[in-house]
Amino acid sequence: MSRILGPDDIDEGIVKLATAIRERTAGRPIALVGIRSRGDEVAERVCNRLAEDDRELEMGVLDISLYRDDYEHLHENPKLQESDIPFTVDGAHIILVDDVLFTGRTIRAALDALSDYGRPAKVELATLIDRGHREMPIQPDYTGILLETARHDHVHVSLEGADGEDKIEIVAKNPD
Amino acid sequence: MARKDLLDLVSLDREEIDLILDQAVPFKELFTRSVKKVPALKGKSVLMLFYEPSTRTHSSFEVAAKRLSADVTSFDVFQSSIVKGESVRETIETLQAMRTDYIVVRHGRSGLPGMIAGMTKASVINAGDGSHAHPTQGLLDAFTLKEIYPDLTGKKVLIVGDILHSRVARSTSTVLKRLGAQVAYLGPGSLVPKAGPDNIKRFTDYDEAMKWGPEVVYLLRVQMERQDVQYFPSLREYHKVYGVTTERLKQIDDRGIYLMHPGPVNRGVELCDAALDYSRSLINRQVENGIAVRMAVLYSLKPGGEGKIEGGA
Repeated sequence: MSRILGPDDIDEGIVKLATAIRERTAGRPIALVGIRSRGDEVAERVCNRLAEDDRELEMGVLDISLYRDDYEHLHENPKLQESDIPFTVDGAHIILVDDVLFTGRTIRAALDALSDYGRPAKVELATLIDRGHREMPIQPDYTGILLETARHDHVHVSLEGADGEDKIEIVAKNPD
Repeated sequence: MARKDLLDLVSLDREEIDLILDQAVPFKELFTRSVKKVPALKGKSVLMLFYEPSTRTHSSFEVAAKRLSADVTSFDVFQSSIVKGESVRETIETLQAMRTDYIVVRHGRSGLPGMIAGMTKASVINAGDGSHAHPTQGLLDAFTLKEIYPDLTGKKVLIVGDILHSRVARSTSTVLKRLGAQVAYLGPGSLVPKAGPDNIKRFTDYDEAMKWGPEVVYLLRVQMERQDVQYFPSLREYHKVYGVTTERLKQIDDRGIYLMHPGPVNRGVELCDAALDYSRSLINRQVENGIAVRMAVLYSLKPGGEGKIEGGA
């Protein structure tokens, strides 16, 4: 059994994120930091939506591989990429952006990584999809799509830039 | 990468070399942050097992391991247990009992790190064994050159000095050739190995070698403390015949040639004083890149598998 969401759903999610961020940050300077991989593309799209606003808007990218707490992942996915934080983190209002929020462990790692660049004034979290099942006390400030899933389901996100198409696939898996 | 040990570069395939060199890029990027450390190897232990004194390679590995948050212990065998008559096997059994995850070994005997790798579950990294191999030096040299020439295909690198006894020459020429570069050797006839099936040109005359048109001149260190001295009439003579003298530096500059050296430089022997300030000297960059490449190596290896002895250079 699988469910599929398409480009329109994704676009709607992006608009929802951009609108909420615009309303709640009200023209104050912010920096969007996308988490590799795919969080960076979500951040870019949100950024494009906010680009016409009259405000200071920065963009950054974070690779959190080196901050993961699951050592074994090292060898499943060893492709390490550069982080790029081209602005001063000290005192900044940062919105972390990811594609899917699940256990919250990625966000914990991202917060650790971010703190090695400096001390932000405020950090918020925006996620394109919140699929639930947190294992950490971490909640999003901005959510594009709220998705009901079972703990063992797989959520695959494909995005135009990284994968050539916009698609969210939810594959039901039996617990084993 | 599913590899447990890094013993030499001959046994790495192109994909593994590319992976390590690619991963060194984000590690180098960390050096520009105020916090240069990441928690990737938190709780892991790295043991430095040096049977030969070495300040540079030792501290480079130590900085690399610490920037990955690993715990580093130095087991300086040349000044402790070997004196008490402890065999390598006994030492390794001791280390095994300490449950160390990575062992960085330097030894004067070729092949010893490979032997140790077969005795332990820890990842063994060869930090130089006899005249056999110095794989992390080869990788950092390749990384440094790739920063200048992203594609090394057809680039000409001239390695100068005592090729015969040099593990640096072996490992560096192995990886550069693998990446498509052309390598030539220049040195006294008695110190350049006889032509083999490796397509490496041999020169004994400096001017002849320069006619070959190298983009990079790589000077090996004259090992004063080892065997080299007896092969040369004198250090002054060596400088005149194979060193980068003031006159040669001008020619090197005119031709836009890059200079490399594994360090530490013997001033007035391999290089004249002015060469140390030469704008296309990559020597300091080699030191900085050494840390990033060693971080990438530690991060890529997988401790815990069964040990397996491998040959090659």
